[in-house]
Amino acid sequence: MGKVIVITSGKGGVGKTTATANIGTALAKLGKKVVVVDADIGLRNLDVVLGLENRIVYDIVDVVEGVCRLRQALIKDKKHPGLHLLPAAQTKDKNAIALEQMKTLIDELKEHFDYVVIDCPAGIEQGFKNAIVGADEAIVVSTPEVSAVRDADRIIGLLEAAEIHDPKLIINRLRYDMVKRGDMMNTEDMLDILAIDLLGVVPDDENIVISTNRGDPVVNQDESFAGTSFRNIARRIDGEDVPFEEYKVENGIMERLRSFFKINSN
Amino acid sequence: MNLNIFKWFNKEDKTSKNVAKERLQLVLIHDRSNSSPEFINSLKSDILEVISKYIEIDESCFDVKLVQTDDDSNSRGKPALVANIPIKKMKDRKRTD
Repeated sequence: MGKVIVITSGKGGVGKTTATANIGTALAKLGKKVVVVDADIGLRNLDVVLGLENRIVYDIVDVVEGVCRLRQALIKDKKHPGLHLLPAAQTKDKNAIALEQMKTLIDELKEHFDYVVIDCPAGIEQGFKNAIVGADEAIVVSTPEVSAVRDADRIIGLLEAAEIHDPKLIINRLRYDMVKRGDMMNTEDMLDILAIDLLGVVPDDENIVISTNRGDPVVNQDESFAGTSFRNIARRIDGEDVPFEEYKVENGIMERLRSFFKINSN
Repeated sequence: MNLNIFKWFNKEDKTSKNVAKERLQLVLIHDRSNSSPEFINSLKSDILEVISKYIEIDESCFDVKLVQTDDDSNSRGKPALVANIPIKKMKDRKRTD
């Protein structure tokens, strides 16, 4: 019996889909049998991030409506033998799936895969409720911005109410240069506010944009910072004790001048 | 880049991330307790009404607010209702009875 993990955030645009694609791919690279589920009905995106958009025949709504069998709707990734995608429907109503139907579907997937990773839509309405209904665990993604953190806090409350306990936090798009000059909340600040356990910190990395352009998840790039973070996150999910990465920001001339002033003003 | 000059003279606690953190902590007290400003105002006027039966209070300085208590564990601190009720004078109980 596999583990069902929902990736959620409340706010849109913080990196849920990117996180789902990369965690799913990285788990497959660890040799696991993985299915990533796009629960964002009407706003399908996980397929393009994974580069599988041209291979979709059936979608999740077809499965629950009995148009096809579950196996027919699953797309097998060619580069990663263990990785499968269950795409969202693009044209159907977002309320096309009822809670019980979703639960039945996730329970069935759970029997065939080691990990079922669900990409939750933004918001806290029906789509969110559907995405979390079958989940054993939750990962909350937030960027270090007030709007994202506020929404993450709301989501943590709703997960608790739905009896999905101990969600884990991924801090996405952290800019170490801004943290260093006090213009961005750091990991400690975020954990202070949200009071949940940290799963990983993903630095802001232009390789994300490039890899999404290509439809090839960044975990496939050995040297990228974001790729390394996501690979380590996957190992932590799989139970391995991986220390958190540390990135040092080089001291530029502005930094040195600033510290010079600070020393003299004290 | 020139704007950075001003930052050299800023104190550590005035960094924008500390402003963000403080603002978030305040807004989350209300989010978590599910209370709106209308809720607090309505609570405030009801408290005022009851207390005024017994005590003459300085309404201009009367204040009720939600605050975050210090966490004793690593869980989220419980919110607490804190009221500041300055007394002008005690009313004569016999007359109000």
